[in-house]
Amino acid sequence: MTHVEPEQSFVEVCGGKFKIRTLQAGHGAPLLYLHGAGGLFWDPLLDALAADHHVVAPEHPGAGESQGLEHVEDLWDLVLYYNELLDTLGIESAAVLGHSFGGMVAAELAATSPHRVERLVLIAPFGLWRDDHPVPDISGIPPASLPGLVLADPDGPLAAMLPSPDPTDPESLFRASLTMSSILQFIWPLPDKGLSKRLYRVKSPTLLVWGAQDGLVHPAYGEDFAAAIDGARLEIIDGAGHLPQLERAEQTIGLITDFLR
Amino acid sequence: MKSIFFHLMPYRDLPDDFEERYESVWVTPPNTELCDPVKVAQYYKWNLDELELADRLGFDGLGVNEHHQNAYGFMASPNLMAAALARRTPNNSAILVLGNTLALYSPALRVAEEFAMLDCLTDGRLAAGFPVGTSMDVNRCYGVTPTETRPRFYEAHDLIMKAWTQPGPFPYNGRFNKLRYVNPWPQPLQKPHPPVWLAGGGSVETYEMAVNFDYTYNFLSFFGYQFAKKVMDTFWETADRLGADRNPYRAGFAQQICVAETDAQAEELYQEHVNYFFKKCLHVPPYFMETPGYRTKRSTEFILKTNSPAEMAASAAARNDWKSLVDAGFVIAGSPETVTERLREACRGLRVGNLIALLQIGSMPHELTKRNITLFAEQVMPNIRDLWADEGWEHKWWPQGARQGQVVGTAVAGE
Repeated sequence: MTHVEPEQSFVEVCGGKFKIRTLQAGHGAPLLYLHGAGGLFWDPLLDALAADHHVVAPEHPGAGESQGLEHVEDLWDLVLYYNELLDTLGIESAAVLGHSFGGMVAAELAATSPHRVERLVLIAPFGLWRDDHPVPDISGIPPASLPGLVLADPDGPLAAMLPSPDPTDPESLFRASLTMSSILQFIWPLPDKGLSKRLYRVKSPTLLVWGAQDGLVHPAYGEDFAAAIDGARLEIIDGAGHLPQLERAEQTIGLITDFLR
Repeated sequence: MKSIFFHLMPYRDLPDDFEERYESVWVTPPNTELCDPVKVAQYYKWNLDELELADRLGFDGLGVNEHHQNAYGFMASPNLMAAALARRTPNNSAILVLGNTLALYSPALRVAEEFAMLDCLTDGRLAAGFPVGTSMDVNRCYGVTPTETRPRFYEAHDLIMKAWTQPGPFPYNGRFNKLRYVNPWPQPLQKPHPPVWLAGGGSVETYEMAVNFDYTYNFLSFFGYQFAKKVMDTFWETADRLGADRNPYRAGFAQQICVAETDAQAEELYQEHVNYFFKKCLHVPPYFMETPGYRTKRSTEFILKTNSPAEMAASAAARNDWKSLVDAGFVIAGSPETVTERLREACRGLRVGNLIALLQIGSMPHELTKRNITLFAEQVMPNIRDLWADEGWEHKWWPQGARQGQVVGTAVAGE
């Protein structure tokens, strides 16, 4: 797999109310990638997708260096904003891939604007709630416990690579806090914001990818998503936690690229 | 200077290994394991007895506050405590509820109603505290979205002030409070409204709000003079910048105080309880303290430049290092003369006219607490009362119905 150097730009949406850092690469049918709570990073999955797609990976408003969180008060505003972003980019419809919190947003987009989502891939999305597998408070996790929740192998090499701010660097802490706050705004205090009532509206072919050892969003949620979306396929990947695209990269990337082909 | 006895109402019997075994004193300390209602029934009686004693001994005010799921302050409703005090404080001390955490109440009209009830119950002795609240209480215990903390606080403040001062009924179309008929019965007894006291912990926005609305700014921290100096200096700079005077009664400062016959005796009597406070009562993990989004961008930038001294206090307590805690002013302790001298210095330096005296600390038992309160009232308070007399400022933020000066004679003090 070849590494692709994405092009970074700041996309202005709604007359400049939003300034969104966006990474783009590749040619072909458009693919919108929505990142999770750790922030936006270009990874091998995006490299692979850029081989035959025009990958568009925007930061969420308020995350990292992107601005405009004050203009989205709730999830409804956020869904409208993503419609507006697609309009701005001139994308009528696209394949949509979301990870974690980004998966929740992708599912909301597919439920409210089914005509805009041609194919939907959700990797361990938030958005539902089960009392038997409560999703942990992602902002209340002792740093030492994080690898055990998001990785199948918390002692493996990936643990050291988890995106975590340098505790001695105020700027790094500040950016991480902004990213996290921009996501907490839509999942606080519990990530159930009514998506279960809307999932029946998802019309696109849908692939659900879950790490079997996901300690953040238990694979049982995969079954709930699969049951709620007509024709959805659930793939559980052994040896992976909440980041199967990194921890079992080859297998996960293969599944997703086959599905999107 | 006004002396206010402020009670946090802590759990006084946490296990010895509490801080090793449990994640936090706040939010998650498991209630069935750690909080015995039989003990709490006793504590509440002691706490009220201690506050009532302070009234009888001539304190200017009594202070209570609101916390949730918290072993160092399990006063989920300070209004209930204030209502109990309203009927048992013959010396007419001010009752300072510092305060009600506005962002928690929806509609926030509830706060306007309960404070108006308390103002009438106390014949106008209420000071209405409006804290933004900690991230633990607001975001974690009550589930308010972190980025909504300040917007809810400001809107609640706006609604309450209108409910208190404008003739009802009127509609209120806020983002979080949508009401067709705002018409609380009664409005407060004090006019135009009870004095408003803000509680701050260093957020830039709170300094500005205190000055712009002409409210008092109260720094409630446990970290002594040096840290308070940073905070209060910034408050006074804000006052200068926004054109307010330097009336010291605009400001309050909370301080842990231990009075004994001698300096050595203070160490002997109080060290254990002060250590309990710093080791157990401040045992809160950093990821609870600042939920991302709780502070605004602007205040986050400001706070990152101000180091938190909590770890320093905890490590001094862990070393049983009484001298460090006393020297750094985390606690002002000693003979009445020592305590008087240090308080005069601190309050002068910070330019505060309201001393919020924390005289029950951590595991301090009832009898020792009464002794501390009594020694402070009889041998310290009379010698700090005149602190700002030479400058001739008027205290414009003291409740109108509260006793304005010293208790005269002892007749009114008896029961």
